[in-house]
Amino acid sequence: MSGLTTVFLGHVDHGKSTLIARLMLDTGGFPDGRLQELEAASKRRGVPTEISFLLDAFQVERDQAVTIDSSRIWMTTPKRTYAIVDAPGHKEFVRHMVSGASEAHVAVLLIDAHEGVSEQTRRHLMLLSLLNVGQVIIVVNKMDLAEFSQGSFDAIAAQAEKILTHLSLECRGVIPAVARDGDNIVKRSTRLPWYDGPTFLELLESIEPLQRTVEALRFPIQDVYRRGTTRILVGTVEGTGLCAGANVIMLPLGNAAVVTKIVRFPENEEPARDGEAVGIVLDRPLFVDAGHVACAPEQTPHVASNIAATIFWLSLNTLRPGDKVRVRIGTSEVRATVAHIAQKIDVETLEFENADSLQNGDMAEVQLFTESPLVVERTPGTTLSRFALYQDGIVCGGGVVTGVPDALQERHASSNVFSEMHLVSAGARQQRHGHRSGVVWLTGLPSSGKSTLGKRLEQELYALGWNTYFLDGDTLRTGLNGDLGFSGDDRRENVRRVGEVAALFADAGFISIAALVSPNQADRERARQACKAGAFVEVYIRAALEVCEERDPKGLYKRARAGEIPNFTGISAAYEAPDEPDIIIETAELSVPECAQQMFDFVRNFFSGAESRRGPREYELSNLATRT
Amino acid sequence: MLWSIGKDSTALLWLVKKAFLGDVPFPVSLLDTGMEFREVYAFRDELIQRWNLEYQNTLCPPESSVDQTLPPAGRAAARKTEGLRQLIGQTGWRGVILGIRRDEQATRAKERIFSPRTPTGTWNFRDQPPEFWNYFQTDVPDGEHIRIHPLLLWTELDIWKYTKRENIPYCNLYLAKDGRRYRSLGESNITFPIDSTAETLDEIIAELESTNAPERAGRAMDHESEDAFERLRAGGYM
Repeated sequence: MSGLTTVFLGHVDHGKSTLIARLMLDTGGFPDGRLQELEAASKRRGVPTEISFLLDAFQVERDQAVTIDSSRIWMTTPKRTYAIVDAPGHKEFVRHMVSGASEAHVAVLLIDAHEGVSEQTRRHLMLLSLLNVGQVIIVVNKMDLAEFSQGSFDAIAAQAEKILTHLSLECRGVIPAVARDGDNIVKRSTRLPWYDGPTFLELLESIEPLQRTVEALRFPIQDVYRRGTTRILVGTVEGTGLCAGANVIMLPLGNAAVVTKIVRFPENEEPARDGEAVGIVLDRPLFVDAGHVACAPEQTPHVASNIAATIFWLSLNTLRPGDKVRVRIGTSEVRATVAHIAQKIDVETLEFENADSLQNGDMAEVQLFTESPLVVERTPGTTLSRFALYQDGIVCGGGVVTGVPDALQERHASSNVFSEMHLVSAGARQQRHGHRSGVVWLTGLPSSGKSTLGKRLEQELYALGWNTYFLDGDTLRTGLNGDLGFSGDDRRENVRRVGEVAALFADAGFISIAALVSPNQADRERARQACKAGAFVEVYIRAALEVCEERDPKGLYKRARAGEIPNFTGISAAYEAPDEPDIIIETAELSVPECAQQMFDFVRNFFSGAESRRGPREYELSNLATRT
Repeated sequence: MLWSIGKDSTALLWLVKKAFLGDVPFPVSLLDTGMEFREVYAFRDELIQRWNLEYQNTLCPPESSVDQTLPPAGRAAARKTEGLRQLIGQTGWRGVILGIRRDEQATRAKERIFSPRTPTGTWNFRDQPPEFWNYFQTDVPDGEHIRIHPLLLWTELDIWKYTKRENIPYCNLYLAKDGRRYRSLGESNITFPIDSTAETLDEIIAELESTNAPERAGRAMDHESEDAFERLRAGGYM
């Protein structure tokens, strides 16, 4: 809470806990009685008095002389209070290092004079850069082991400064020291006469927190309280303040509103300041839910479902393209697919390299496709620019938004563009047609039976009096997609266009049935996003490759085997089966009429009636005609 | 939420009222060993009335029921640990909000704001979830519960400054009487006052700004053996 938060980093055994304890001891900040306790604890283990036990409080940390988890201790100098964070150095404890460093105002990097800059040192510096901890003090420790040599010091200092510059971190100074004995920590060392710079404490006292520029208003909605008929939107203000009378835009839906009241306990009428948690009341009954964001109209963030980001991965599970994660950003949480791992950062060279998977402690550029649009921005340090990743409820990484690429595919990528509202609402269309509309997406290997079943479904729904239209992948390639070939990019674009067309038919009140191989999970996810929420059915038409190959009505498998068709799914290109399809149809095990019946029953049930599958919630209040 | 009636959890209760615009929308409970100070019980009863709290008293099992190998001053903590276990068992609560702080004690310094516990309440301190940028691991697996520590990064001084700024009520044992005051309130038989002349909040704040004495120096349970507190916490103590 209070003071300058200072995180100590460095390779394991380079002396972090020792430096902190020495600093406390020499500034007179050691709690009364603790030194005697530590002397006793050291004696019990048969080691010289180990001041690092001040922070390494766990028995296992003391027994093994290693910091496992980050710790926090407070130190007071005549100038101010410091919250001092000791971050563990071991690679497997990177997750704890991130916890300790994420809120620091300044970082102190320890480098062992004897060992120099290690891989782990570079990893920590990269994480600092990602965590937006902008300034660093370097302590070259254990100078006694380098015979107090100025040459060794200069070499390490030059190397470290070069890395900092590369990572856009500000170097506030480099100090030669022996933390255990207190050289140049609080007292000036007599053993390093060639050094005439400040002591560590002098330097630390001169540091000021980097000024954060106050940005435009962001108010991520955490919850909606009801007081009688009044709905109070609660959250924490970020950026310029918020007062009654302010105009806001509610994203992602894009509705304008006016704040009529700031609500807090005990009540008062003052404007809400940056960082303050309050409630607000709007002048009109919009649909607002947790995760939405009230924003300054003159400078709105992006609404995007295709997000480029730099992430750090903290899980023992390997992350691969196509993997599902949950993304929390601000107060919003959505499912997302890791579409691409573009580049991984090589810890040795600090350069990007190609990669197809990430391990615990790795950092990389990735592309995320989220299942519904998120409100994001790129301004460093803002809430909407940084997120956490979860799998099965477990925190497994985090990252920062670096871009919202592919603007064409973003419905609202440009801050000021919103979909044109129709005068005929989706509800009106639904009422006339007597059924909900949406997309039935059939995916599966070539010759698995998609077109056969898709056409029958169209026929049966039509017979029921429903509005429906069958979109066949092969047929569309002769017209709409006639300009596309079969390269990876062209195939993705093919799927994207069909997804968009299918979504338009759904908007018009139809059940559109799309049948195409669509081998990539990420591309199918994007088709799901193109469609309005809760109206997309993914049908996995499943048959073993051998079965499909034997059917081969168009002779394509034969040609692919002969090498005449490159990139043929199932033979020379991979097919990613759906993780969680809405229904699986086993065409190798059931007859065509049985398969058709199964799919028909499911689809009819899914789209019948007026009720949304996601439940009524507050849709009567909503202004969902502005599709998101 | 656990409410020990002390300065920290009372300040936390005030934060809850702020967050819910005046209400405390969940029950609050004291793990009651029957050994709290008389003044503490009186302060509790007054605040229940004044703030209209849904209060649930949790009677801890008797001292004879806990591990007799524990040092005597640690047994009250063991009783509270067991009381909490029973409370969670009976109520099925999936989350408990508490007012502990990192600066109180070296193993608390390694806690998380959202701290998962096994079904028996134990703390797996070697494998804690990462917390950064206000993102927390909030899911609770079946059968487990989560301890939530909103004040974890506050200091003793922060608490008093906030108590003063917000005009939050507190138990008068914290103020000096006849040259002595309580800095931390535990069971009356194992908690001792410190020498102090601080008779007002301003004087408490001034005293804390210049002292090196640890806050829990008057708490006997912390000092019986090197690992006393770690053993208690790993076993489920707060």
